[in-house]
Amino acid sequence: MFQPKPLWNPYAAGALLGVALLLTFLITGHGLGASGFATRLTAAVSETVAPAATEANSYLGAFVANDNNPLDAWITWEVIGVALGALIGAITAGRFRISMDGPPKLSTAGRLALALIGGLLAGFGARVAVGCTSGLGLSGAAVLSTAGFLFLMGFFGAGAGIGLMMRRLYK
Amino acid sequence: MSDIASGLFLGLLFGFALERAGFASGCKLTAQLRFQDWAVFNVMFTAILVCATGLYFLDLAGVISTQALYTPTVFLWATLIGGLLIGAGMAVGGYCPGTSVVSFMSGKIDGFVFFIGLLIGVVAFAGAYESIEPMLKALPGPQGQTLPELLHLPTWVILAALIGVAVAVGLLTRKSDDQPRANLGHTASAHS
Repeated sequence: MFQPKPLWNPYAAGALLGVALLLTFLITGHGLGASGFATRLTAAVSETVAPAATEANSYLGAFVANDNNPLDAWITWEVIGVALGALIGAITAGRFRISMDGPPKLSTAGRLALALIGGLLAGFGARVAVGCTSGLGLSGAAVLSTAGFLFLMGFFGAGAGIGLMMRRLYK
Repeated sequence: MSDIASGLFLGLLFGFALERAGFASGCKLTAQLRFQDWAVFNVMFTAILVCATGLYFLDLAGVISTQALYTPTVFLWATLIGGLLIGAGMAVGGYCPGTSVVSFMSGKIDGFVFFIGLLIGVVAFAGAYESIEPMLKALPGPQGQTLPELLHLPTWVILAALIGVAVAVGLLTRKSDDQPRANLGHTASAHS
């Protein structure tokens, strides 16, 4: 059976990630992100589907004011780059496969339901914190910001607490 | 470099590194939260330290000023609660916003569904914004926006302490990295 190439050593992958982040700060003055794109995409979709409600909304309205295209931002190109980089990585390592992760004990529907709920929690949480694991956890911690480390404490705290509770689903 | 070129190039490096780290797999990501696999901690901490140390020396050499770099503002409740929700989201759904993109570009259907969940989460936040916004901003964080300011320590001491933590965790968890990972689920067990 075809075997995908092994993953990189965590320190090697971490070093490449660190160099990418360092270059990002040098070139743009800010770090890497992800959830900002999800916010802008939501504003763009919402503006197409329900323009009046979007413009009237106190949060999304700011993204579409004055006929602005919310997707016209650096982070859109960055996330397209992330998608391309991941695709190249997966294909060159023989890891691209239509498949599904999630707790092996659950049915397909159960895993997809968990993925949707998890995404919803993270999407909501990223707007509360004004950033996600990339923007706050990684980029925020790399400039030694208090926000970055407070975020990481919450992230690993809740993640480990709930992760350990769900342990039996993975056995 | 134009915004388009720098965004595409830096994003590509980011996505490629996350894929090579194995972060396209929700099983591998949540294995960290069950303390069965320390890759998430080791990759993230290594990246943070490589970047932070690089910035420190470039600042010393006068190439850049770290004061001019974007530093997120800390709000005690907002930053902490947001972190809790995103941690919960990863434990439940397997990913965070960035890794869900990496995952669905590797063919994972649950990664795509997680990403759709993100958009619904933003809609939910926008709907609740007016009622929760005052609470989120009510409690600003401490004056110290960076660890050196907060703890009144020189940057090199903070960096040395963080490197110490990374090395200690690396040594303490080295053994578990060498063992076969039978409990990780089908996808993550495909690698050595």
